[in-house]
Amino acid sequence: MNQAKHHKAAAFCRLTPKQVNSPSLAGVFVAALKREWQLQVRRKGDLINPLVFFALVVVLFPLGVSPTAEILAPVAPGVLWVAALLAVLMSLDALFRPDLQDGSLEQLLVCGYPVAPLSLAKVLVHWVLSCLPLVLLAPLLGIMLYLPWQAQGVLMLSLLLGSLALSLVGAIGAALTTGLGKSGVLMTLVVLPFYMPVLIFGTGAMQAAVNGQPVLAHLALLAALALAALALSPWAIAAALRIAVSGE
Amino acid sequence: MIKTPAKSTAALLTAHKLACERDERRLFNDLSFNLYAGELLQLEGPNGAGKTSLMRLLAGLLPFSEGEILWQGQNIDACREYFYQSILFIGHLAGIKAELSPLENLTWFAALEGIHDETLLEQALWQVGLAGYEDHPCHQLSAGQKRRAALARLTFTQRLVWLLDEPFTALDKNAVAAIENLLIAHSQAGGAVILTSHHALEALPNLKKLSLGEEL
Repeated sequence: MNQAKHHKAAAFCRLTPKQVNSPSLAGVFVAALKREWQLQVRRKGDLINPLVFFALVVVLFPLGVSPTAEILAPVAPGVLWVAALLAVLMSLDALFRPDLQDGSLEQLLVCGYPVAPLSLAKVLVHWVLSCLPLVLLAPLLGIMLYLPWQAQGVLMLSLLLGSLALSLVGAIGAALTTGLGKSGVLMTLVVLPFYMPVLIFGTGAMQAAVNGQPVLAHLALLAALALAALALSPWAIAAALRIAVSGE
Repeated sequence: MIKTPAKSTAALLTAHKLACERDERRLFNDLSFNLYAGELLQLEGPNGAGKTSLMRLLAGLLPFSEGEILWQGQNIDACREYFYQSILFIGHLAGIKAELSPLENLTWFAALEGIHDETLLEQALWQVGLAGYEDHPCHQLSAGQKRRAALARLTFTQRLVWLLDEPFTALDKNAVAAIENLLIAHSQAGGAVILTSHHALEALPNLKKLSLGEEL
């Protein structure tokens, strides 16, 4: 189409949709998932940074301490979990800030649908795109730290459950500090106390697996934490986002 | 097409003795007005008079210290969801995602109203002069084109009251005239518009003005 035609066409006439179905919350939730997916897969840097951080910490650790199996194997669960936890925390910092800066957050609050499920859609997409790659990368880094084979499955499972809880709880901190400009440290301070139980049960499961003890109790507690976060954090995120927008 | 309220003579939106304070400064006091179907209300006032604050307050984004806002005679706290599904708010920042194309941006806004008709959205972009830019990411568009992408919502929205904060920013003359026509069409169809603008809008029928910040 040529340029002249564009300008002639810019008439801003009212259009009449053929069909308007009053959308259900489920329909809007699916639309939100789709939009977030499109959006977040295009921010490649934001997706790669946490992975690189995770890999770097685990690669540098043996260089700094000792490359021998006697030293690395006992600390591997802790190192892997702490590095993954910090990588998740790092990835969350900018979760809502771009939305505040371009007005999408305002639009979310006035869209006429409950904010909690729609912000949950955002966090879930973020979890799938940022945390699942961490879970998949973890066994490879586990091998580098002489993590015993029988603990690899538990490593992935505990990170899968744990990262969901970490993402959801971290998103509350990200929402609370959205209006503050650069706020990495403050967010960390707000969120870190709530990360402790996840870290304790996560590394607990790993230690149990390394020692050949049953891991079910630890994993069940991690799953409980993840489910509690899934049920409760969307409401806190929604309330925090309202505060962030009204402070603008 | 647009759902008009049962009592078309009653005010759609009523502000009753509103007061707003920001950072210990009182922006306005005792502000009351009615907005009826078919009306265009232009908020006027110098920079910093509180036009944007009033707009955000009406959209429920800012708390107000005194007074109440009624939607079709009902306090908006009692009918929040219905109220939000009846208004369309476009602020200074229009909520256009730079990473997404105009079409993808519109798809989300249309989905919020239950419209899943891609040809309609393409027509809407055509109407605002963005034909050929459907699939460009919005960060490649100019400020005026981004504004057009945001305002493309107005061509198909079914919402009754539009709250537009400086809708004409960055638009060229033709686009401003075209938007004015769109506002007239909406008000004639039984809708209502509140907008802030420094443009003279005298040509519009049913235009009411509300001045802010004069007594300060």
